[in-house]
Parts: sequence; structure tokens; C-alpha cells
Amino acid sequence: MLSEQSLKKIEELKKRYPRPQPVVLAALWMWQEENGWISREGMVEVAGLLGIPEHHVYGVVSFYTMFNSTPVGRHKIEVCTNVSCMLRNSDRIVKHIQESLNVGVGETTPDGRFTLVEAECLGSCGTAPMMQVGDEYYENLDEAKVDAILSRLK
Amino acid sequence: MTMEPLILPPVPGLSGIDVYEAHGGYGMLRKAVTMKPEEVTDEVKKSGLRGRGGACFPTGLKWTFMPKQTDKQKYLCVNGDESEPGTFKDRQIFELNPHLLIEGAVIAAYAMGVGTIYLYIRGEYKRWIAMVEKAVDEAYARGYCGENILGSGFSTSFTVHRGAGAYICGEESSLMNSIEGERGYPRVKPPFPAQFGLWGCPTTINNVETIANVPVILRLGWEAYSKIGHPKHPGPILVGVSGHVNSPGVFELPTGVLLTDIIYKLAGGVPGNKKIKAVIPGGSSTMILRGEALEGVTMDAEGLKAAGSSVGTAGLIVMDEDTDLVRVLTRIAGFYHHESCGQCTPCREGTGWMHKILKRFEIGEATRADLDLLLEVANNIEGNTICALGDAAAWPVQSMIKRFPEEFERRVKPGAAPGPPGGGALGATGGGRTAHSALASFPA
Ligand SMILES: Cc1cc2nc3c(=O)[nH]c(=O)nc-3n(C[C@H](O)[C@H](O)[C@H](O)COP(=O)(O)O)c2cc1C
Ligand code: SF4
Ligand code: FES
Repeated sequence: MLSEQSLKKIEELKKRYPRPQPVVLAALWMWQEENGWISREGMVEVAGLLGIPEHHVYGVVSFYTMFNSTPVGRHKIEVCTNVSCMLRNSDRIVKHIQESLNVGVGETTPDGRFTLVEAECLGSCGTAPMMQVGDEYYENLDEAKVDAILSRLK
Repeated sequence: MTMEPLILPPVPGLSGIDVYEAHGGYGMLRKAVTMKPEEVTDEVKKSGLRGRGGACFPTGLKWTFMPKQTDKQKYLCVNGDESEPGTFKDRQIFELNPHLLIEGAVIAAYAMGVGTIYLYIRGEYKRWIAMVEKAVDEAYARGYCGENILGSGFSTSFTVHRGAGAYICGEESSLMNSIEGERGYPRVKPPFPAQFGLWGCPTTINNVETIANVPVILRLGWEAYSKIGHPKHPGPILVGVSGHVNSPGVFELPTGVLLTDIIYKLAGGVPGNKKIKAVIPGGSSTMILRGEALEGVTMDAEGLKAAGSSVGTAGLIVMDEDTDLVRVLTRIAGFYHHESCGQCTPCREGTGWMHKILKRFEIGEATRADLDLLLEVANNIEGNTICALGDAAAWPVQSMIKRFPEEFERRVKPGAAPGPPGGGALGATGGGRTAHSALASFPA
């Protein structure tokens, strides 16, 4: 169930559009922020709140890469490996994380702490290499910086 | 070469409304609402401003496509999806000068008689979305958005709409579908957005940087503005430099600056004083240029067209002499394959083919026939799709093969028989946003 605060926010957002469906992305964001990923239950609730079919919500969730339709680790690490980052050795960053967490790309650590994925360009090409962990951007990375960042994330 | 920054002036605290106002901020909105809407559009038209979202379309002209007499709601979508690899400039506006963007959007809305503005920002930019939302709240509180703006009788709302990770949502019709709460599939054009946009109503889509130029035009006057930089593509432009340079970053420049000056004088040159093998001048979909061909080429629509490329988003990616260009191209092809929405067969299948063939080059398993096949696939995509993502995927491949044949030659498997094009080893493409059918269905 979404929190009272989110439900209120959804009602406010509905007023910004001529119909309720456009709020679907915002509502799904709220669900994911509260639960870490979007379960079937979440899609049903969002569909009900906006009066749209469940399968439509499912279609939206599956289209956008940032929505997790399966559980992920507490911290999702997304290392950009697109061109500008690749030119500045993003592959070394990926390898370092793989080795230090003993996790493959697309996998979650057994303790559920981290999920590692490669990302497309995140709009930080001038501060490459970079990664996003959860909502935060970490830029101008090297191995030591990565270690310091990961050790802070419990 | 450089100029007094107009879009990103180095004023501490400018992102706050008090400082922005103290530096004359919202003065141009005040001025605009005393003008006739057509007069505002006319200023923008005469200034020569061309869109900064990639296609360089004349902004004032685009605004005139909006119907004047209509019973329908009209909409302005400001495009802050910023997902083209090599592009990181709109983020600077969100962070350093969000009120300039808001002021520009409200002026644009006034000029077109728009009652609702949506600013679409890519989902990953959560921190920057929060910055912009704070600025929007401030603007509402001071009466620059909302009902009866500055007592003019003109009203327009301003809503930030957060995306959720999809490059294709930067394409204007896909962006509208995404705002409507649909999956972000591009629409077939015509009808064009000015006739049939959001919910079938007249809609204009402009890039964030384009809109941020609007108050600047009113402040300087169209004549002075049109004299900045290249006469056919005037104004300040935010150039992002990344890759093999000592000081990467976003630089605000007049259009028309030499690429070599940008790379060597502003971005600090290449680490280790290495030679430049190649540059991609305007984001990943623009055609690659050889390092030896940079002399005299300028950063503007005309200069880059003459050089056989385009200005795109002015995201300049520099690659030194040791760069493995096949690897670069394989990565770019993988990106377009991943981001293809899957609606059109040539794009859905072709991007997968290109990626697969390039991977064979990358590991030295490709034959000479693979090179012909690769080019053929690219040629089959170009011009045959609903949206320009297909072209964007084809251009890097075509230009790389044409301008760097030796990079591919070197990778052909020694002693390999030419082999039939599309030979069995290719297999199914997989990946992408939707189920991909087997490659065998693509005409080889
Ligand atoms: C695949 C694709 C992705 C695009 N992504 C963006 C983007 O992220 N931001 C943007 O402003 N324009 C993007 N565009 C261009 C838009 O369709 C549109 O031309 C632009 O927003 C218009 O603004 P302008 O006239 O101010 O340049 C993209 C186009 C395509 C085909
Ligand atoms: S060209 Fe590609 S991205 Fe564009 S509509 Fe067709 S399949 Fe989708
Ligand atoms: S290429 Fe990595 S952030 Fe743009």
C-alpha cells in the first residue's frame, strides 16, 4: 500500500493533467521508492488509483528501464559504460566492483546489499567514469573512490 | 573565441530566485507580457535561434505552426530528456540557472497562447529534478507561473514530469506519449505536434537549452543576438567535451568556434599530447570525423555540415590515437539496439544485426563479407523508419566504415573465406525493449 503522503501527492498531481493516466509514472516512482521494486500488488494499486487497466500499468513498467519489476539489492549500482565513460576506463570500474563484491553484472550479492548493472549514458560524460547508486551520482571515479563509496553503503 | 556567458553566467547563488531577480531575472517576462504575443514570436524568429535539441530547426518558425484560433488547449513540452551519449549540457541549466529556463518557458507559452507547460526530465536526474522543482515553487510563489501572471491576464501552469529511463522518450512524439502515461512509442508523422500533439491538441516541443535562450534574445534584442557567432546558426551554444581531453566539461561559446580551439585551448588538449584519431562532434548519432580532418571545422550547423557531419547536441567526444574504434562503434551499436522501441522492423532487426556483426569484428571473427553486410544493414535502416532513431543508429556505422576502413580491415579474420552474407553464425539478436524475432527474417 502506498503511504498517505504519496496518496495525497497523487491526488494533487492528477489536477496537473486533463486525465489521471499521466500520473502513472509518478505513482510507480512512489511505489518503487517505498518498496524497492514494483510488485504485482503495486501495479494493481496504481491501476486502481488512476482507473486504468492493470495490463496498461504492466506495459508501462516493462517499457522503462528504471522500474524494477523484480526485487533488487538495497543498493543498485549502475556503472555507465557508454562511449565517453568507456574512453575513460569504465570497464576498470566494472571489473573492480565485480571483484571486490564478488558479483557479476546483472547479479545481486547473496546478502542482498548490492545489485550491479551496466548503464547507458547517464548525462555525466564530462565527469567520466561515473556510476549511479540509487538516486545518487558518483563522478570522476577511480578504484579507491569506489571502495570508499561502497563501504559507506550498508 | 569565448564570450561573456549568457546562459550560464558565473554568478554565485543564481539558482535561487532572489539572486536571479537581483540580476534582472524575470524582467524579460515582465517585458514580454506588455508586448503582443506575435511580437514575441517575431523577435525569436528574427534572432535566428535554431533548436539545440539536435535537429537545428528554426525556433520562431516552429512557434508559428501553432494555430492562433482554436478551441483546444495548447501545450508546450520542454525536452530535458538529455540521453544522447556524449550530452550533458541541459543538466548545467537545471543546476546553475533553472529560473532562466522557467522564464523562457513562460515567455514561450505567452507567445504561443499555451496554458500548460510540461518539463520532461529524464528519470535518472532525480537530484536535478529536485533543484528545478524548488525553482518552480519559487516562481509560482512570486506569480511568474499560474493564474494571471504579473497582472497580465495570461495564465499558464508549469509541471515537471519525471521520465523513467528510455532514450527514445527524447524523441518528441515518444515524449508526448510518455507524458500521456503511455509506453514511449514514437508516433507516425504527419500529423505534426502543432496540429495533433498531447491528447490531440496543438503542442510545441523545444529543448531545454533552446528555451533558455528566449529571455536572452529579448534582453539583447534580436539584432544583437543574431550577430553572436555564425550568422546562419547564431547565439551562445553549450558545448560538452568528453573523452580523451585533459579538462572535459561544458563550455558556453558563440557558435562558430573552431573544434581545434575547443579541444586544445578550452578542454586542455589530449592527455600525453597524443594525436587525435577521431572525434564525434555532436553526440553519438552524429557522423564521426577523422582527426586529420578537423582543421578549420567550426562548431555550428553549417561548419559541421560542410565537414560531413552535424552539430547534433554539441556533445564533442574526443578519441586519441590509441582508441579502438571498432570497440567504440560496437558500444554505440549496442546502445541503439537496446534503445530501439521495436515498432519498425528495419530498426528493431537492423540495430540487432549491426551490433552482432560488430561484435564479430571486435573479437576478430568477422569476414570481409561481414563489412558489406554491415553497410547494407545500415543502408536499409536509414530513411525507412517511423522516427529518427533508425537514422541515428545507421549514421555512426556508415560514417565509420567510410572514414576508417582500415580499422575494419585490420580486424578481418586472417585467411577467412568471404562466406555468405548473413551466414548462420549470427543467430537471434535478443535484447532491446520488446521481443526480437529471429534475424533470419531480415532481407540480407
Ligand atoms: C531518438 C531521439 C532522441 C532524442 N532525444 C532528445 C533529447 O534527449 N532532448 C532533446 O531536446 N531532443 C531530443 N530529440 C529531438 C527531439 O525529437 C526534438 O527535435 C527536439 O526536442 C526539439 O527541440 P528543439 O527544436 O528546441 O531542438 C531526440 C530525437 C530522437 C530521434
Ligand atoms: S525507428 Fe526504431 S525507435 Fe523509432 S519508432 Fe521505429 S523501431 Fe522505434
Ligand atoms: S557516456 Fe557515461 S555518462 Fe555519458
